[in-house]
Amino acid sequence: MGKRIEVTDLNVYYGDFRAVEDVSITIEAKSVTAFIGPSGCGKSTFLRTLNRMHEVIPGARVEGEVLLDGENLYGPGVDPVRVRRHIGMVFQRPNPFPTMSIKENVLAGINLNNRRMPGSEKDDLAEQALKGANLWEEVKNRLNKPGASLSGGQQQRLCIARAIAMEPEVLLMDEPASALDPISTLAIEDLMNELKQQYTIVIVTHNMQQAARVSDVTAFFNIAGAGAPGRLIESGPTEKIFSAPDVKATEDYISGRFG
Amino acid sequence: MTTISQSMAPGQLTAGRLPKVVVPALLAGAALLGLAISLLVGGGNLALAAALAYIIFLIAVEVSARIVEGARQAADRRATSMIVGAFVLALLPLGSVTWEALSKGAARFDLTFFTYSMRNVVGEGGGALHAITGTLWVTGMATLISVPIGLMTAVYLSEYGAKNRLAKAITFFVDVMTGVPSIVAGLFAYALMTLIIGPNTGFGFAGSVALSVLMIPVVVRSSEELLRLVPNELREAAYALGVPKWLTITRVVIPTAISGIVSGVILAVARVIGETAPLLVAAGFTASLNNNLFANPMMTLPVFVYDSYAHPGVDVQVYLDRAWAGALTLIAIVMLLNLIGRLVARRFAPKTGN
Repeated sequence: MGKRIEVTDLNVYYGDFRAVEDVSITIEAKSVTAFIGPSGCGKSTFLRTLNRMHEVIPGARVEGEVLLDGENLYGPGVDPVRVRRHIGMVFQRPNPFPTMSIKENVLAGINLNNRRMPGSEKDDLAEQALKGANLWEEVKNRLNKPGASLSGGQQQRLCIARAIAMEPEVLLMDEPASALDPISTLAIEDLMNELKQQYTIVIVTHNMQQAARVSDVTAFFNIAGAGAPGRLIESGPTEKIFSAPDVKATEDYISGRFG
Repeated sequence: MTTISQSMAPGQLTAGRLPKVVVPALLAGAALLGLAISLLVGGGNLALAAALAYIIFLIAVEVSARIVEGARQAADRRATSMIVGAFVLALLPLGSVTWEALSKGAARFDLTFFTYSMRNVVGEGGGALHAITGTLWVTGMATLISVPIGLMTAVYLSEYGAKNRLAKAITFFVDVMTGVPSIVAGLFAYALMTLIIGPNTGFGFAGSVALSVLMIPVVVRSSEELLRLVPNELREAAYALGVPKWLTITRVVIPTAISGIVSGVILAVARVIGETAPLLVAAGFTASLNNNLFANPMMTLPVFVYDSYAHPGVDVQVYLDRAWAGALTLIAIVMLLNLIGRLVARRFAPKTGN
């Protein structure tokens, strides 16, 4: 599993407004790549273009190429629904389905797509996914309780379990820990370290320490000013970006001089 | 801390407070005074007494609160008194209607009423079985027509329309439909059926069509509001799992909103089940039991009540008793529907907490 993503000259527009300009970046397989940058710099928008989730926003469109192991996500005849089955996503706020139990939430990807699967296989899959998300021990005795009965941190891990139950190749995370307390954040960060053995992980974060702790590669996005499109300023190994970045703006941002 | 508490004069935080007995006492006094004035000048008119008592009470509370408690508390008591007054005023008609229907309808609320039709009945006896079954048939069919159309329209408006021109036009016409007088809906249904099958004396299905015209806009508006209340995060969560849009709508969005949608449908049913005019025109009226929606007139409860009251036989009281019993049955059906709606809503409500 775990595939490599190559992005070439990607532009994202909301109607006439260019939100992201000329981004080219390679995201290595089975690694954690972190996007950092000030608010409104287009990193979340860019993240969404990696599994075509930006199409949910009216008026959003993309120019450029995103290759998943050589296959263009924006090629003719590509079905966004299929893309999203290979590239999963976890959102900023935990969003378990309120009508479903914990187990049904984990299996939502299977059930909602009307995929047939024997009950015992479903049980195994739910257990595997929950173990993968470090949630199994906490919920194994109450799998039929509603997903909304869990704490915020547990709900977010439930959402991660739901995403990995689909066995995606890439997992996109849009500020997955920003709504959580430090202990739950630590649990999610530990989890990312384990998940990268199998999956390619891309994370957007406002927390510089988090980027430094969990990522192998860091990409810094910035905007020139209000109304200007976001750009990728530089990307490279996290150690290098945090110790000796090539661009002054990156250093200023990381050292807290702006943003 | 200490300097502040020392600098404050004792009693700066306390204010006068009316003893608890004052308000009931004032109310009793105002009631007596109102009754007395009414006896003197209005010949003991109870409505006049109540209105006078209320005004006297308002003034008395205002004055005593202002003297003892200050302007802010007086304003609070004034607002409380007026809101409670408005509430009681709004409840009076409901209580009155319920009482009238219960007391006058109880006389014929018996087994015969629910097991006999009016076929060959000219005097005592007889019942509304034909009207009860007719109401259930016609309203049931109307629901069957309205819910799919209304729900699908709501889904289009909230999930697909995204404020495009068609959606705006639909919203506009749905609003117009809400204001269609019910007799017009009845005439429309009758005319439509006449165009299709030629002259007729009305039949159940035509009544259902008329009620649908009234019901669809209610279902559309309530369902649309509820679908919009479903958080976008849930749609995104489903899309991110590779779930197609139609499955997201049918398996995530609608189930999340279903309890509210069911309540909305029940309210819409309750709204049309008492319609008289369109059914009189479209479904006609008859004294016989008819369980065929597509042929011959079908009696309904509102028409039964109207007919018993407007065209009584020789013994008028017998017909009036039947009319009241019919009204009571109608109220009972609507209350039962509301009860079922609440139970269903609770059953389907999104699960939260333990």
